[in-house]
Amino acid sequence: MSRVLSLASRDAPLASTSAQRALLARLPLARDFDRAAAAAGAWPLIPSAVTTLQINVGKLCNQTCRHCHVDAGPDRREIMSRETMALCVRALASTGIPAVDITGGAPELNPDFRWLVTEATALGRHVMDRCNLTVLLTAGQADLPEFFARHHVEVVASLPHYRAANTDTQRGDGVYEKSIAALKRLNAVGYGDGRSGLRLVLVTNPVGAYLPPAQASLEADWKRELLRLHGITFDALYCITNMPISRYLEWLVESGHLEPYMERLVSAFNPATMAGLMCRTTLSVGWDGRLYDCDFNQMLDLEVDAGAPRHIRDFDPDRLAGRRIVVGRHCFGCTAGAGSGCGGSIK
Amino acid sequence: MADDHYYDPGDLARFSDIGRNAPDLARKFFEWYNAVFADGALSAREKSLIALAVAHAVQCPYCIDAYSRDALEKGSDLDQMTEAVHVAAAIRGGATLVHGIQMRHHATSLGM
Repeated sequence: MSRVLSLASRDAPLASTSAQRALLARLPLARDFDRAAAAAGAWPLIPSAVTTLQINVGKLCNQTCRHCHVDAGPDRREIMSRETMALCVRALASTGIPAVDITGGAPELNPDFRWLVTEATALGRHVMDRCNLTVLLTAGQADLPEFFARHHVEVVASLPHYRAANTDTQRGDGVYEKSIAALKRLNAVGYGDGRSGLRLVLVTNPVGAYLPPAQASLEADWKRELLRLHGITFDALYCITNMPISRYLEWLVESGHLEPYMERLVSAFNPATMAGLMCRTTLSVGWDGRLYDCDFNQMLDLEVDAGAPRHIRDFDPDRLAGRRIVVGRHCFGCTAGAGSGCGGSIK
Repeated sequence: MADDHYYDPGDLARFSDIGRNAPDLARKFFEWYNAVFADGALSAREKSLIALAVAHAVQCPYCIDAYSRDALEKGSDLDQMTEAVHVAAAIRGGATLVHGIQMRHHATSLGM
């Protein structure tokens, strides 16, 4: 189903994170993020209490979506080891961080994914899995819905549109049909019925160089149409802005949309989103254990600031609480319009 | 000022300049305009598709630019947008054709 290869396997110029950062830095934008944040009275940007430990367990994925900021794909081999996962679990056990957000790649393809879920839920933490849906149909994963249900994992599943065309354009031919089949399997074990407590969230990203829809307005449309077209139910819809990183950045360059898109993000800066930015309440762990303020910084190799512990083995919540959040021009993606984060729109 | 063509894509971003000589009227118009497109009995997405269809019916290039983007940003896909344009085209075509009845009345009244 893959239509494009990862930047890394093509040895593309933008496989280099320093090349990505340099490209963004030299765009003639009206202002930089620190100045926008300062004008909003939110500079320096500092974290509040960590409520989510987001663990990226690797870049391995069964899909090669055109907008992927992780540059994930079947050809990527960087995955988190059991040892690094154990360090994450140790960090969780030493704190009251209530939520664990497991992402990738397709996190389920990490052979120790189920171990991590089991350990985190045994600590009483709420676990979210960022699921591409089609992974449920791959070899050895057919029982994932039951596994998720047993551990009350919140499934946060990607689906660009409730109709086929946009989904296959972004994620590969045939992905829509498989995604619908996967959603039906999740519904069959109780996900998304509004009564079981098994929460099913859908995530949509724009299929192009434009901002995402208003989440609240669109959710009712999606619920009506997925029920009408396929009998599928779900709990909530998250609308997330595409970030100018990795393969989406490459597409912006090749399509001639990079500068207009970045100008649009900058001009749509919404000061009211600053308080709700996910980087303020999230700590992001990379596949190799390094620490970041968010998954987007992780993909640009922008580690937490130098005064803070930079690896999960050195996890120290007090020292991390005193850090400043590292920002760049890509951060305008989280502050445009209604704002955006892994939990959907901010406002 | 564009002196060799009637339409300049940059004029869309200068729409608010229309308020320079009649600010109160412009303010009322833009307030009303924004209120029209808010979620109501129809969703903002449905209203955007109506706007896209009307843009084609009135053949306004500014509106087509604006509402092609807006329809995508409101969560419609290209299939839905194309069907909306067909609705506009059907009404335009039907409107032309139904006037043929008027033509037939005239013709038959003039004939023997």
